[in-house]
Amino acid sequence: MEFIQSVIGYFPRLLAASPIVVQLALGAMALALVLGLLLALARISKIKALRVIALIYVEIMRGTPLLVQLVYIFFVLPAIGIDIDPVPAGILGLGLNYAAYLSEVFRSAILSVEAGQTEAALSLGYTPSKALWRIVLPQSFVVSLGPIGNYFIAMVKDTALTSVIAVTEILKTANVINAQTFETTAVYTAAALLYLLISLPLSRIVSALEKRARVHV
Amino acid sequence: MSSELIVSVRQVHKTFTVRRDPSWWQRLRGQKREVNIIEVLKGVDLDVHKGETVVILGSSGSGKSTLLRCLNKLETIDDGRILVNGHLVGYEERAGQLVDEKASVTAKKRTDLGMVFQQFNLFLNKTALGNVMAPLQDVKKMSREEARGIALENLQKVGLIDRKDNYPSKLSGGQKQRVAIARALAMNPSVMLFDEPTSALDPELVEEVLAVIKAIAAQGTTMVIVTHEMQFARDIADKIVVMDQGVIVEEGTPDQVFFNPKHAKTYALLKRSGLAVRPPGTLGEQIGEAGKL
Repeated sequence: MEFIQSVIGYFPRLLAASPIVVQLALGAMALALVLGLLLALARISKIKALRVIALIYVEIMRGTPLLVQLVYIFFVLPAIGIDIDPVPAGILGLGLNYAAYLSEVFRSAILSVEAGQTEAALSLGYTPSKALWRIVLPQSFVVSLGPIGNYFIAMVKDTALTSVIAVTEILKTANVINAQTFETTAVYTAAALLYLLISLPLSRIVSALEKRARVHV
Repeated sequence: MSSELIVSVRQVHKTFTVRRDPSWWQRLRGQKREVNIIEVLKGVDLDVHKGETVVILGSSGSGKSTLLRCLNKLETIDDGRILVNGHLVGYEERAGQLVDEKASVTAKKRTDLGMVFQQFNLFLNKTALGNVMAPLQDVKKMSREEARGIALENLQKVGLIDRKDNYPSKLSGGQKQRVAIARALAMNPSVMLFDEPTSALDPELVEEVLAVIKAIAAQGTTMVIVTHEMQFARDIADKIVVMDQGVIVEEGTPDQVFFNPKHAKTYALLKRSGLAVRPPGTLGEQIGEAGKL
């Protein structure tokens, strides 16, 4: 009982750090969605240079640890004169990294739309780009919603990594509290529970969104 | 026929290039990429006049669907000219050579050719009404109300007004194809192209689609139809064209083609569908117009 009480006791201070988590996750996801879509379009482009550039980007971002990328942005870039504050650096790192994964989601979703959809659009007088934006992408977005939701939940948890670049999010706050109270078990249990409390409703929201988007299936 | 020429196909050639790349270990052993060039169209000529219904028959691989898809440049051509209302579609001519034109120019010209596909190709995320409205709004830039009015009118024509709010997944194959026909018709094209419109349908659903096509033909719509439905071809066609191995082997009125086929391929097609009258060259006496051949 005492343990539970002290866990609950740590909640308010940790909760105070959660707006930063929301800020990081939403900011990074917005960046990842836009960049991911652009990368996916580059990957299926007719122009070989675009395909190669996008592929190299994706392979580098997927092939190196997110933690290393964050450290790189925050500690290495200042060495060449690019100084970024902790929160923007976190958004940038998470966003650039998740864009690589989302580009693969978008790419396979775009390719999953039957060629007949494009052909029908072209035959009706759509230009190729209009067919892509009006007919193909809306359909592939529905297919991508599930995976995008999954990555969003994963990203919320990965915001914890930004604690190493001085973002005072939940884990960093827990570290600080732990250094004061040494109640290690209670502090980190509270932090873990808080992440769970954020993630659980998110997965509900994601499946509800998915259901709504799939009315036509 | 003396009326206006809508589609003119002149000496069209087309090849498909099939490349087979060796796997990495075959390449190590010195195997080269295999390139096969298949001639699908070997000099095709065809005229379609205003109000005419032209049916293209032929076995699989004869090039009939490819020819149809060349008319609106869903397939490219290697040589020859295809004119629709006097214009090249998808190309411009520079120093006697065909050069790809701007995609936006091609798109505009394509609105003049309505196409109906074997697999319907309805937009899966739109209702029946949405399917018909989308190109009116996106391509013809109509207002929502205007597009809706025209869409409803065309759904009425194909008898699906009560299904307007259904998504394609809730429509039968025949209904899907009728929506697809309404969608193409709504753009008010000068010629309708049908690419085996009933080949993907269950037998009991074929009739409803054929009936709709017949009704449209009866209104004087210019049409080019690729089909395997011989009886339907006979009923609807002003002109029947038989293709084999990339060339047109026979061309004539239904009576000429069905009653007095000149080519063995035509006879084989007729025989398979149980409609053959007599083999080529065995018509002794003159029977009506067919005898003049």
